[in-house]
Amino acid sequence: MGNFPLMPEQASTFAGPYDVLFLVTTILTVVFTGLVSALVVFFALRYRKGNKVNRKGAHDEHLPLELTWTILPLILGLVIFFWAAALFTHMRSAPKDAMEIYVIGKQWMWHIQHPDGVRENNELHVPLGKPVKLIMISQDVLHSFFIPQFRVKQDVIPGRYTTLWFEPSKVGRYNLLCAEYCGTQHSEMGGFVEVMEQAEYQKWLASKGARNFDQKLTMEKAGEAIYKQYNCAGCHEANDSIRGPSLAGLFGKVVALEKGDSVTADNSYVREAILSPNDRLTKGYIASMPTYKGQITEEQTLQLMAHIKTLGVAQPKPTMAPAVSPPAGSTDPSVPDVRPTGTPE
Amino acid sequence: MKEETNSMPAHDAPQVNYLNWSHTVKSWLLTGDHKRIAMLYLISVSAFFLVGSAAAGLIRLELTSPRGVLLENETYNKIFTMHGVVMVFFFLIPAIPAILGNFLVPLMIGARDLAFPRLNLLSWYVYMAGGVCAVIAMMTGGVDTGWTFYTPYSSMYSKSQVVWAICGAFFAGFSSIFTGINFIVTIHKMRAPGLTWFRLPLFVWAQYATSVIMILGTPVIAITLLLVVVERTLHIGIFDPKLGGDPVLFQHLFWFYSHPAVYIMILPSMGVISELMACFSRKRVFGYSFVAFSSLAIAALGFLVWGHHMFVSSQSMYQGMVFSIISTVVAVPSAIKVFNWTATMYKGSIRLETPMYYALGFLGLFLIGGLTGLYLSSMATDIHLHDTYFVVAHFHYVMVGGTIMGYLGGLHFWWPKMTGRLYSEFWGRLSAILVFLGFNATFMPQFVVGYLGMPRRYHYYYLMPEFQIWHVLSSFGSILLAVGFMLPAFYLTWSYLKGPKAGPNPWNATGLEWTTQSPPMSHNFDEPPIVTEEAYAYDAEAEEAEDIEEAPAAKPAHAPKPAGG
Repeated sequence: MGNFPLMPEQASTFAGPYDVLFLVTTILTVVFTGLVSALVVFFALRYRKGNKVNRKGAHDEHLPLELTWTILPLILGLVIFFWAAALFTHMRSAPKDAMEIYVIGKQWMWHIQHPDGVRENNELHVPLGKPVKLIMISQDVLHSFFIPQFRVKQDVIPGRYTTLWFEPSKVGRYNLLCAEYCGTQHSEMGGFVEVMEQAEYQKWLASKGARNFDQKLTMEKAGEAIYKQYNCAGCHEANDSIRGPSLAGLFGKVVALEKGDSVTADNSYVREAILSPNDRLTKGYIASMPTYKGQITEEQTLQLMAHIKTLGVAQPKPTMAPAVSPPAGSTDPSVPDVRPTGTPE
Repeated sequence: MKEETNSMPAHDAPQVNYLNWSHTVKSWLLTGDHKRIAMLYLISVSAFFLVGSAAAGLIRLELTSPRGVLLENETYNKIFTMHGVVMVFFFLIPAIPAILGNFLVPLMIGARDLAFPRLNLLSWYVYMAGGVCAVIAMMTGGVDTGWTFYTPYSSMYSKSQVVWAICGAFFAGFSSIFTGINFIVTIHKMRAPGLTWFRLPLFVWAQYATSVIMILGTPVIAITLLLVVVERTLHIGIFDPKLGGDPVLFQHLFWFYSHPAVYIMILPSMGVISELMACFSRKRVFGYSFVAFSSLAIAALGFLVWGHHMFVSSQSMYQGMVFSIISTVVAVPSAIKVFNWTATMYKGSIRLETPMYYALGFLGLFLIGGLTGLYLSSMATDIHLHDTYFVVAHFHYVMVGGTIMGYLGGLHFWWPKMTGRLYSEFWGRLSAILVFLGFNATFMPQFVVGYLGMPRRYHYYYLMPEFQIWHVLSSFGSILLAVGFMLPAFYLTWSYLKGPKAGPNPWNATGLEWTTQSPPMSHNFDEPPIVTEEAYAYDAEAEEAEDIEEAPAAKPAHAPKPAGG
């Protein structure tokens, strides 16, 4: 309690530009508040009743003055708008080479899954100086992923993916918070983000893997197991068949739909196509696929999609994880069950 | 000067007025008199303000420690929900329209009453029905969704009394629709002969703009809240993705009303400020037509900015930009008003009475409230500040600094008209100063702690114990603010019972409401007034010259003389 913190630490590449804009807006606020307040106080004192001052020639209206104080704030406002819009566009456009990490929000914890299988709860470890893209979904109510020291925030919503990216610029431990009210323990839904030197981060990944060696499975491998378990390949063969379209190279492709329109296959579309396949049927197919809603958890859906992304790709990306395949369907006992509950709690 | 207004003998036989013509309960509960209905609202709205303030006090107490002081998480969540629901739906929205607007609109336009007196009475009953629902919700366990009722938490997950609370807001909404219809019809059809649109007091313009928002916006929130109840009770999928719904749809519908609702709160207050600035500067409001049309511009543009509450909600980037630019533009009419009020004081003859203290306080707080809106309408800056205490501070500056300062200023200005009594200027000014200082002390630290990253609706902040200093400062400020708010309850009650007689026009103000007796008789005017001049026919220059000639002993000719009081 001894000190008066005035601004949050700057720990991502956004923080600097953000704070400049914040500061300029603050200067505008202070200048305008000061100016008008000073005028009000000055007028109140100078023209106080009984003061013998010149009151001749007071106006009721004055068009040039009206236009000045209409147009000037408008211009200043628009300058701030364009500046903020440019920065916002930057903050919303993740670089292509960003490292992807998956986040599942649930009452009242953050569950985080790294592509190579390392999982953590209420903690997020990221390497310094490398863009990170989070792909996030909630399995119950609204949450919001907030790291004040990075100046980033994004709502995490049930039923659709949202993304968030940042590039950590300073080693340290920062707050990870939930900013969207989510029920009883909303204020305790959080933990920390740890930014590590690249080498430290690799070490951490490896040791984290060693600790849970038995369950260590890349997301792609885990997805492959689910793919097999539900026999997805029975219908979705390497080439389009009568029963189902091929999934090879699906991501990023424009899919023509039965209703006549089309959609670009992204995370949200593929998730929907797994959980409610009949909502948007691919052109030329009938509604024969069963729905997997309630059978596949959000976590499994993410793994399944990681696997589908490898289909039809000649050389699957090498991953750091040791190629061990534990029995399908096994789950990490250290991770609380993130299975969606069918009924509201 | 109109000395005769101040020299009415105190021993006069009591005049018959709207308050004393009958004292039966029935004459109050079945009244069609807009002035009595305004008084009914005054009592009920004040009661809700007390409830909402008590909740605010508990919140400030809890936040003095990172791990709370008294309450469980669950209880804390119910307390801040109660604070929000009660303050927004039962205090801020009805405060100025239903109390001051109800009382003054007919008087200001020279009418006997509103167009539909029984609809007016019904609006109070519907409001009370809503209030009863809200009280039932509190008594039977409380609600823990926040006043925003975000889905799917409110519709599928919360185990609290959501349906009762929604009924409360739903009924309160209908009450404001009824008031809005009444004002629009009355202002269109019942203006006194000669009272053209551009001779209307700006308070009436503001009530008109507010009424338009009320009748266009409120039905949307009513339907939206009903849909939450439908999903909650019948499990028909509307907002919960598990049932095939879309949770973000709720936010669009909710803010389509709830952003304009901010203007329902602030526009009437701006109307009050125009009246006060004119009367206490003894000048016509500078740029009358700019001030009048800026109210309409705010009402219209206010419907197109709801998406600025949703920059991080998964709304698309381009959608965000559209909402952001319109939000930037909607700030301009508010700026126009502030500049025009300031210019009104220039070369005026300024009287620093209690209502003017409140008006000047309004200017200071509204400036900060409005300008901090710029951080939140700009998408990039909003990302970090969204859902933090920065937002909490911002909207309290607008709603408390804007609406309550205007409401209290108006209440003090028209109190002598409403009750026929004067209050102590000393206590009045003291309360205005305390509210202003206490308010800044409470909410200024919240800007800082919000920028630091303190999310709103947090009970505990033990992960960020360094925030405590700012919370403690804010809580100390709230004590000052509470004292400032409590004072008027005492001295205005005293004034009502024992205050000196006010006479018809203690401020020497223009406007038809000041031409009739205080308190007015039930039918407002003995003769239907005829209007022959513009609003605010004040002349600071002439008055000053007159004062110097007439009263060299510096006796304020305008000031109410508490004769025999």
